[in-house]
Amino acid sequence: MKRSNEPIFWSLFGAGGMLAALIGPALVFITGIAVPFALMNPDTMSYTHMLAFSQHWAGKCFAFAVIALFMWHAAHRIAILLHDFGVHAVALVKFGCYGFAFLCTVIAGYALLTLGG
Amino acid sequence: MSSQRPYVRSMDGWWTRNAYYMRYMAREVTAVFVAAYAVVLLVGVVRLSQGEAAFNGWLQALKSPLSLVFHLVLLATFVYHTWSWFNIMPITMPVMFVGGKRVQPRTITATGLVAAVIACAAVFFFVRGTQP
Repeated sequence: MKRSNEPIFWSLFGAGGMLAALIGPALVFITGIAVPFALMNPDTMSYTHMLAFSQHWAGKCFAFAVIALFMWHAAHRIAILLHDFGVHAVALVKFGCYGFAFLCTVIAGYALLTLGG
Repeated sequence: MSSQRPYVRSMDGWWTRNAYYMRYMAREVTAVFVAAYAVVLLVGVVRLSQGEAAFNGWLQALKSPLSLVFHLVLLATFVYHTWSWFNIMPITMPVMFVGGKRVQPRTITATGLVAAVIACAAVFFFVRGTQP
């Protein structure tokens, strides 16, 4: 019997969903509302502060985990969602969704690595 | 020769047929917004790697009214994601026993939601504590 690759994608889906459920609302509030609209110190997301954040190994790992896992979580759900909406080209849908998540993961990893630190 | 095809009921809009399907759809559609937010952050990281001018452009874009509306929608969907994630947790996780008794679904949901509130508060206060 051919082994299913489902557990890998499901684990990434679960990890991303859990991370989003636990801290997602706080992240959206901070990066999209509080800091840009000065409810918090706008310098929180200044170039120098964000550069220092992403040059620290912990900040790098955190940013990478959030972007990659959120994307893999969404990719898995959207693949199933398309089926629900009547798109039944399963292989193509999975290739598109997981491919996009993979691409974003690579870009995030590359950008964070070029930041050095 | 039969050229007749049997009647097949259309599945169009099947999720509108009852409240349970509607909740399912609402929960699954949050993924689109999670992906959108990940893209916003990804662009931020890429712009950061391209230097100060590029990153400031991204910051400036976040200050537009359209971005505010977008993030308010994101915030609402993320809160709904959290709520629904822990609501289905009793079904998605393996059955758990504590002291020989099965942990009740509502206990699992409540624990998850409390954990989320604590985690969000921790992130908020951590970020506030590291303000320059």
